[in-house]
Amino acid sequence: MSAVVTSLSAGSGGHVARRATQDPVWVRWLLTAIALGFLACFLLLPLAAVFAEAFRKGAATYFASFRDPDALAAIRLTLFTAAVAVPANVVFGVAAAWCIAKFNFPGKSVLITLIDLPFAVSPVISGLIYVLMFGAQGWFGPWLMEHDIKIIFAVPGIVLATTFVTFPFVARELIPLMQAQGNDEEYAAVTLGASGWQIFWRVTLPNIKWGLFYGIILCNARAMGEFGAVSVVSGHIRGETNTMPLHIEILYNEYNFAAAFAVASLLALLALVTLVLKSVVEWRHAQAHGSGTP
Amino acid sequence: MTFKSLLSAALVLAVAGSAAAKNIELLNVSYDPTREFYVDYNAAFARHWKAKSGDTVVVKQSHGGSGRQARSVIDGLQADVVTLALAGDVDALHDVAKLIPADWNKRLPQNSAPYTSTIVFVVREGNPKGIRDWDDLVKPGVTVITPNPKTSGGAQWNYLAAWEFARRKYGSDEKAKEFVKALYKNVAVLDSGARGSTTTFVQRGIGDVFLSWENEAFLAQKEFGKAKFPIVAPSVSILAEPSVSVVDKVVKKKGTEAVAKAYLEYLYSDEAQDLAGKHFYRPRSAAAAAKYRGQFLKIELFTIDEKFGGWANAKKVHFADGGTFDQIYAR
Repeated sequence: MSAVVTSLSAGSGGHVARRATQDPVWVRWLLTAIALGFLACFLLLPLAAVFAEAFRKGAATYFASFRDPDALAAIRLTLFTAAVAVPANVVFGVAAAWCIAKFNFPGKSVLITLIDLPFAVSPVISGLIYVLMFGAQGWFGPWLMEHDIKIIFAVPGIVLATTFVTFPFVARELIPLMQAQGNDEEYAAVTLGASGWQIFWRVTLPNIKWGLFYGIILCNARAMGEFGAVSVVSGHIRGETNTMPLHIEILYNEYNFAAAFAVASLLALLALVTLVLKSVVEWRHAQAHGSGTP
Repeated sequence: MTFKSLLSAALVLAVAGSAAAKNIELLNVSYDPTREFYVDYNAAFARHWKAKSGDTVVVKQSHGGSGRQARSVIDGLQADVVTLALAGDVDALHDVAKLIPADWNKRLPQNSAPYTSTIVFVVREGNPKGIRDWDDLVKPGVTVITPNPKTSGGAQWNYLAAWEFARRKYGSDEKAKEFVKALYKNVAVLDSGARGSTTTFVQRGIGDVFLSWENEAFLAQKEFGKAKFPIVAPSVSILAEPSVSVVDKVVKKKGTEAVAKAYLEYLYSDEAQDLAGKHFYRPRSAAAAAKYRGQFLKIELFTIDEKFGGWANAKKVHFADGGTFDQIYAR
């Protein structure tokens, strides 16, 4: 919102010397109030409602919701899925960003578009892709059945769908960063006789580490919260293929509101932790950037 | 030392125990409103099977809109048994994927439907729109909640019950089609499953009348109070026969055929029939039916075999691509 204030005052003709904060007091207060009011209505209130509902029947019920074996299984599966999907996308994201930002090759723009694909398609479609490929009626289904390999309606399908949906986060975060940084430092390293790995570990990685971290956080948040694609491939077997978001839906549909909101609050907590981490990273990044280019 | 030996003794015992009695896991793929019933039934069956064979059975559950659940099994969800909302969805397992034989519904008594239900109306407190029968649903200004017949079994029963009412009252299939079309004009939200519709009506407060499974209606009353969601019995409704079947291809592969069969057969036992009544299904057994008679409304019920020539036919005429539902719902 302060950016708006700045641009408004900067755009107001001949008063170039006027500082941004010299707007009438009421304008500043009004804008701040609108921004805060909006946040309170659309973010804080629903979030507070989740926790209020979760604790409505007391703390004992709240904690009992997490002792339910199905809830534990859902939490475990969610963590496991994120633990596979996020590293996979980190490796892919760094590799993709590296080759896109540092090299020129035919089909580069096609690759960038492809990376964005999971953002563009609906999560339901993302899930159905895997049903069409690995389902019993799908391309590879009969072969998989014969060899007793379960992909959809089992953990591998959930991991695949999650990986697909969270595909672009790391790469998208790194590509503009690496492009902005250019190749100068890497060239310098080459002239000094560094090998490819040395350049990556000693030059490239330190330069992109905060951007990478930021991408990982976003990727992880989405991996844990993904509903649509996972719902399609899950099969909804209780205690086996339900992730936390699916488990919340089930509890809600079973009129088990306290437990539904208890698990929802845990997911919200994970999101809050993610946001705090993100703020810390942004702050550190700004600091590193500020001291790096005086 | 003693602790260690105790531990190893326990380990040996555990290993020996598991060698003697098997642990069996079944997957029951079911539709939306059966959740509460199968929680109880699975516990009862586990006790029964343990006493009979010494093996421990854990039955895992999956619930969702009946048509969607059938689709999942066709796509490879490894269900040992399906307990779906209607025979038409079980038929799909044969028609599309040949997972079961064509005559699957002859394998258990009463068309392989161990419990029945019907379709009733749930209205708002005090019935402010004065809804008494099917004709009230097509009045202007009445909003109706029902799931999507393309994905939900309950919704197909709703659809056919409305159709038969109109056919009787107005005399022809043509008139019935107009009536059902007017009814779906009044539908505010088409959820994919029955439970989703219940949530829309009960939790989100949308709609004046909700076409519901009878058992689902009673469950909503149990959760939220009788006065808040009165049940209205229409003059005529359909006898809904949710059907069950072992999925032959899956159980043969997993080696669970005997337990899966016993699991479904036990649904006809006195204990299971009593549980069905307790969860507001209409039991098949005379004893349980008599015990729970008082809780059900008196409605004239017709069967799909009498009035629509069975599921295969009803499906072809009404719910297949280009069937009457597609015709009336195309906007």
